[in-house]
Amino acid sequence: MESCNCIEPQWPADELLMKYQYISDFFIALAYFSIPLELIYFVKKSAVFPYRWVLVQFGAFIVLCGATHLINLWTFTMHSRTVAVVMTTAKVLTAVVSCATALMLVHIIPDLLSVKTRELFLKNKAAELDREMGLIRTQEETGRHVRMLTHEIRSTLDRHTILKTTLVELGRTLGLEECALWMPTRTGLELQLSYTLRQQNPVGYTVPIHLPVINQVFSSSRAVKISPNCPVARLRPVSGKYVPGEVVAVRVPLLHLSNFQINDWPELSTKRYALMVLMLPSDSARQWHGHQLELVEVVADQVAVALSHAAILEESMRARDLLMEQNVALDLARREAETAIRARNDFLAVMNHEMRTPMHAIIALSSLLQETELTPEQRLMVETILKSSNLLATLINDVLDVSRLEDGSLQLDLGIFNLCAVFREVLNLIKPIASVKKLHVSLNLAPDLPEYAIGDEKRLMQTILNVVGNAVKFTKEGSISITAFVAKSESLRDSRAPEFFPVPSDNHFYLRVQVKDSGSGISTQDIPKLFTKFAQTQSTATRNSGGSGLGLAICKRFVNLMEGHIWIESEGLGKGCTAIFTVKLGIPERLNESKLPLMPKVSSNHGQTSFSGLKVLVMDENGVSRMVTKGLLVHLGFEVTMVSSSDECLHVVSHEHKVVLMDVCVPGMDGYEIAVQIHEKFTKSHERPLIVALTGNTDKVTKENCMRAGMDGVILKPVSLDKMRSVLSDLLEHRVLFEAI
Amino acid sequence: MDIVSQLQRQFIDYSASLHHEGFVDDQFTQLQKLQDENSPDFVVEVASLFFEDCEKLINNMARALEQQQGVDFKQVDASVHQLKGSSSSIGAVRVKNVCISFRSFCEAQNREGCLRCLQQVTHEYSLLKNKLQTLFRLEQQLLAAGGSIK
Repeated sequence: MESCNCIEPQWPADELLMKYQYISDFFIALAYFSIPLELIYFVKKSAVFPYRWVLVQFGAFIVLCGATHLINLWTFTMHSRTVAVVMTTAKVLTAVVSCATALMLVHIIPDLLSVKTRELFLKNKAAELDREMGLIRTQEETGRHVRMLTHEIRSTLDRHTILKTTLVELGRTLGLEECALWMPTRTGLELQLSYTLRQQNPVGYTVPIHLPVINQVFSSSRAVKISPNCPVARLRPVSGKYVPGEVVAVRVPLLHLSNFQINDWPELSTKRYALMVLMLPSDSARQWHGHQLELVEVVADQVAVALSHAAILEESMRARDLLMEQNVALDLARREAETAIRARNDFLAVMNHEMRTPMHAIIALSSLLQETELTPEQRLMVETILKSSNLLATLINDVLDVSRLEDGSLQLDLGIFNLCAVFREVLNLIKPIASVKKLHVSLNLAPDLPEYAIGDEKRLMQTILNVVGNAVKFTKEGSISITAFVAKSESLRDSRAPEFFPVPSDNHFYLRVQVKDSGSGISTQDIPKLFTKFAQTQSTATRNSGGSGLGLAICKRFVNLMEGHIWIESEGLGKGCTAIFTVKLGIPERLNESKLPLMPKVSSNHGQTSFSGLKVLVMDENGVSRMVTKGLLVHLGFEVTMVSSSDECLHVVSHEHKVVLMDVCVPGMDGYEIAVQIHEKFTKSHERPLIVALTGNTDKVTKENCMRAGMDGVILKPVSLDKMRSVLSDLLEHRVLFEAI
Repeated sequence: MDIVSQLQRQFIDYSASLHHEGFVDDQFTQLQKLQDENSPDFVVEVASLFFEDCEKLINNMARALEQQQGVDFKQVDASVHQLKGSSSSIGAVRVKNVCISFRSFCEAQNREGCLRCLQQVTHEYSLLKNKLQTLFRLEQQLLAAGGSIK
């Protein structure tokens, strides 16, 4: 052989096997070359492929394999050494790369596999999230429905609307076939079908309340699934083929007004429930889900609250209507009462006048008749007429007084009066009668009793007279003693009047008068009746003495008006009795506004009071007026000292001066100051001269200032002689004067 | 006619005219009543005192009102008050009335008004003075003739 440096293939090239190998190699190479192309193409297309360089490696491996198989094609025929070398190189390279790739794949394949598992996991997760999303959305829907339902339910206060709306909305939200509300009947023993969703007019189906299924529902606050066959759920005639949908029932507490305590919530204190039954559509294979049950429970609660609000509203409206009615009735009653009172007052006023006029005529003419010449019989008759008409007049007065006292229209006429004079007058009035009956009357006035008091003189006298009169009337023999004194606090409390706690003060004192008689006395059981109107004790003696029985009632009223108390004590029949009363009287201050009562003017006579030798001091800045005043006083016989300034006045004034007359209407000179200083100078009141202000103005301010400064009197200028005379004589007699105009 | 009764008649008429014309009022009558044996010249004394007082006060007021820079109304008011007091004590009713309006001008601090009132007061005062002096002269004549004013 020539040295062609070729390598002989092992098998002849024409061999069939060789031919097949040749073709396969060719296709293998083709495939091996196209695989990387495909890979590149698809990887380029896809966005994500994390292992690029693996791909490169793999590509290289494939390409080299392909190259190997391609070069193998030349080795089937005689080929030169270069081909063999190339072949070998290719094979070697391929071996290297494939080994490297194999090694790499050991790392890569687990990764790729785990990617797969992760993908699976993520897919599962996604599915789960989807599910949950679905759930949340449903819940949110439910929540929205609840809110909307609540809004609908609570937007009205009308019970029917509330219930109807509930059923409608629930039906809509939950897609119900039927929804019904069973309310307890009045007796509480049955549940009556009151509202349904689909049926327009529920006929009065009732079921007894004590069914086990109902008890089961009522005992739990949750929505309970019940069987579609129970009586409450069987609203429509079951028609054969249908598979009824699931039914749920929930209790609706019917809250009553009284369940709402201030601090508690109306928890389980309710007794009455209504039953709400909800039915899913039949044949729908739907089931009640948890969230739907929750929805139902929430709605049931809301309905309960809404119903209770509606009930409260109804209640309050009813109460308001009732109040209005009552108001109207009261108003009417009041107007009627007023009309009645006015009618009575008119009647009384008329009767007052009408009755008194003829009475007056009778009394006047009978007394006149008494004065004329009469035969003894005639005189007796006239006296009887007079006595009876006097009694009648008294009776009329008493009745009118009492009715005035009763409607509280009587008011006391307060004024200053001489207390002792009142008693003395009563004594004078009672003496004739007492002496006829040969009764001895004694009056005992306590020395600390004030001479003057503020009160209703006329009525006080009436009271004392009445009491003393009664004493005289009911005493056949013996004596009557009248005692009056100022009640002190220890003696003020009396066992008879335990609720009476009088508190004397600077302006008031309590006068206590006790009239004790030795007459027929009163039995203890009659004592309470004494002060009631028209009630008379039954003894014949009293019956004969006449009287209307009003006297003591009137006295009691007067005494009460004077904030006092009156009562009678007696040890029994035949043992005499003592009438005691206390009244509150005011104490007149020395310098108060009201005029002193005109004392029976001890003839304020001109010229009879002698002022001769009495020393007076005149202070006036104005020379002329000073001179005039001096002239007046000198004419009256006083010994006058004149000063023209306050200092001089204070310097000169002494206890010898009986009166100091000062002009206080001079601006700038404070006459009041001087008065105060004179008061200070003479501490003993009997040494102090009386201070009188001469002023041109009689306004209140001046008067008040004078009073406050301690002046004893005020005289308005210009002063006439007579005025000066009378004023000074009054002043010197009483040591107090208040105003002389 | 008897001179005493004539004089008496004159005196009474004049006195009445004073009252009638409103120069004096009841207070003056009172003063006249106060005149007796113990104080025979009482009215004359009071009147003289009044005239003196008046003149003094009027001068004070004139001086106060003439002040160019700031009239002291308080002082004027005080004087008017005094005058009012005196005139009412003696019964000089017209003077007193002027004093009353004078006071209101003083309170309003109205200088023009005050000046006018002052003029009026002076006028009234001089009238009164003349009248009273005439009265007193008549009285003297009557007493001299042996009559009495009572």
